[in-house]
Amino acid sequence: MRLLIIEDDRDAADYLVKAFREVGHVAEAAHDGEDGLARALDTPYDVLIVDRMLPKLDGLAVIGTLRAKGIETPALILSALGQVDDRVKGLRAGGDDYLPKPYSFSELLARIEVLARRRGGSKEETELRVGNLHLDRLSHSVRRGEDEITLQPREFRLLEYLMQHAGQVVTRTMLLENVWDYHFDPQTNVIDVHISRLRSKIDKGFSQPLLHTIRGTGYMIRDGAR
Amino acid sequence: MTALGKLFRTTTFKLTLVYLTVFALFAAFLLGYFALNTRRLITEQITDTVNAEITGLSEQYRQGGIRRLVIVVDERARRPGSSLYLVTTFSGEALAGNVTALQPGTLDTPGWAETSYRRLDEAEDKDKDHPDHHALVRVFQLPGGFRMLVGRDLDERERLYHIVLDAGRWSVAIVVILGLAGGLFVTRRVLRRVDAMTETSRSIMAGDLGERLPVAGTGDELDRLAVNLNLMLERIEALMLGLKEVSDNIAHDLKTPLTRLRNRTEQALRTGGSEAEYRAALEGTIEESDGLIRTFNALLMIARAESGQARDGMIEFDAAEIANDIGELYEPLADEKGIVLTVDAGTPAPVKGNRELVSQALANLVDNAIKYAEPRDRAAGGASGEIVVKAVNEDDRVLLIVADNGPGIPEADRGRALERFVRLEQSRSQPGSGLGLSLAAAVARLHGGELTLADNAPGLKSIIALPRGGPVQIAG
Repeated sequence: MRLLIIEDDRDAADYLVKAFREVGHVAEAAHDGEDGLARALDTPYDVLIVDRMLPKLDGLAVIGTLRAKGIETPALILSALGQVDDRVKGLRAGGDDYLPKPYSFSELLARIEVLARRRGGSKEETELRVGNLHLDRLSHSVRRGEDEITLQPREFRLLEYLMQHAGQVVTRTMLLENVWDYHFDPQTNVIDVHISRLRSKIDKGFSQPLLHTIRGTGYMIRDGAR
Repeated sequence: MTALGKLFRTTTFKLTLVYLTVFALFAAFLLGYFALNTRRLITEQITDTVNAEITGLSEQYRQGGIRRLVIVVDERARRPGSSLYLVTTFSGEALAGNVTALQPGTLDTPGWAETSYRRLDEAEDKDKDHPDHHALVRVFQLPGGFRMLVGRDLDERERLYHIVLDAGRWSVAIVVILGLAGGLFVTRRVLRRVDAMTETSRSIMAGDLGERLPVAGTGDELDRLAVNLNLMLERIEALMLGLKEVSDNIAHDLKTPLTRLRNRTEQALRTGGSEAEYRAALEGTIEESDGLIRTFNALLMIARAESGQARDGMIEFDAAEIANDIGELYEPLADEKGIVLTVDAGTPAPVKGNRELVSQALANLVDNAIKYAEPRDRAAGGASGEIVVKAVNEDDRVLLIVADNGPGIPEADRGRALERFVRLEQSRSQPGSGLGLSLAAAVARLHGGELTLADNAPGLKSIIALPRGGPVQIAG
């Protein structure tokens, strides 16, 4: 994956470039808005990571300009402003995701990977499959092998989100944002309990678990056989 | 600026002057008009009387000649308050009448004239400078060369005219004097109160935020202004106090984990050891900083809610839906801890506000309830904990209630529990930033509502009361 990090804090930018390279991505940094915009216009990146407050050209303006020129490279906004309306502003300006500072690298990485993947196949499939787990979006039914699994509406959406991003790490905040539409920190890890309930429904009694906990980061649904 | 100069420059005084001028002009005009009309009316009356007498006397003359006229005139002239009469021959010799010392030539031309005169019965030796009265007379030429003069004294008219004129002068003078005095009085009164307000605001500006503007208790516009300004001051003082508290608490509650963080890293460096030990130290560090971030975020959120900024994004939403959502979010967690969480929010409870913040406030209350409502005799397998989340419509308010059957909070501690960072003694062992309740309280205040803690006998009942229509601006 090829990434452009537009961030004026050189330490932070260097750290990110290094960290992304370590996990096997190609990352470059630009240190002000103008430079970032020029590079983003030049090179086909997979994902842009844009700091909200930048010298010369504001982060939202960079994204706005790109969108106006028809460049739809997914962009994640990093910002010290973490309030809901700041997030709304960022997304309205054309950002695809919003992560308040300070963030953990694993959170950022998980979000970047989801963004990059979304670009490939955003088409709405009616049936999602992971291993022998089937989720039918039309009939709202879930099957594992031959067994029908009954899920609560929220559990269904949780599983749906996980399966949409099968093979990718999904963090707790991503789940809270996308499945529950909450943008606050619930203090206690309520998500873990929801996951363990879901897990007991889809994995219990099967030798091959599908729903995996990624330590320190989040969860991933994946067909372990492959 | 001198005290008097300040007085003259006040709005009240200027207004007084304007009104004064208007009223004085009005009074002068009214009385002048009255005086002129009175004069005209009296003149008309005189003319009418004189004309009638002349007609009557001419008739007497026509019927009985000069002799009869003289008798009648003599008789009439002697009546008290009589008109003025004079009958002369063509040569000017007086035949009958009660006047003399007419202006020369008065009798020569028939018709109306104003003349000075003296009554015959008046003493001759009167002051020579003003010997005479004034009269309006009509000279009438009788057939046969006789002349007849009939008239009325004008003094009465002049006197009345002057009375009215004097009254006019006096009333204008009184209007001016009273107006000025009243104006000065009112102005000084207002000025005194404004001065008092200015004085107080100066001392407030100088840093004494506890001061309040004086309220006279008359309920007038100045009082209303003072009351509203005082409310504003109270708000500012509360905010300042909050700010001070926050900085104190930040100093305390952020420094403690920061110190812990530093110690841990330092110790890891000093003692060295295996990679696993380093790793554990680093993981501890990250955990600690995550806690710090969380506390910090909560603080920012409270500050934002308290500053009222979040009022912009208020929309209409269903509080019952929030109760259901949050209940659903926390139910598995409660269940895992052996607590039964139920939601009682069947009927929609529409309310205007910030959905995200209200959700978070309710989430905090539920989170608290789960932390503290742990079954007391869980080990013994006895009664399990219970939490009920409710959304209730009550008059023009919507109540979000979280009730548990945990240990509750003693009444004396409830007020303190809402303060930032306060974790009551028995809960020190529980994790958390201690900001959950204060955030919920701040959110309730942001919406113009309140957070109350009540006894659930046993347990705690936290109630967020929100006005249905959102925060109401303080009306003036």
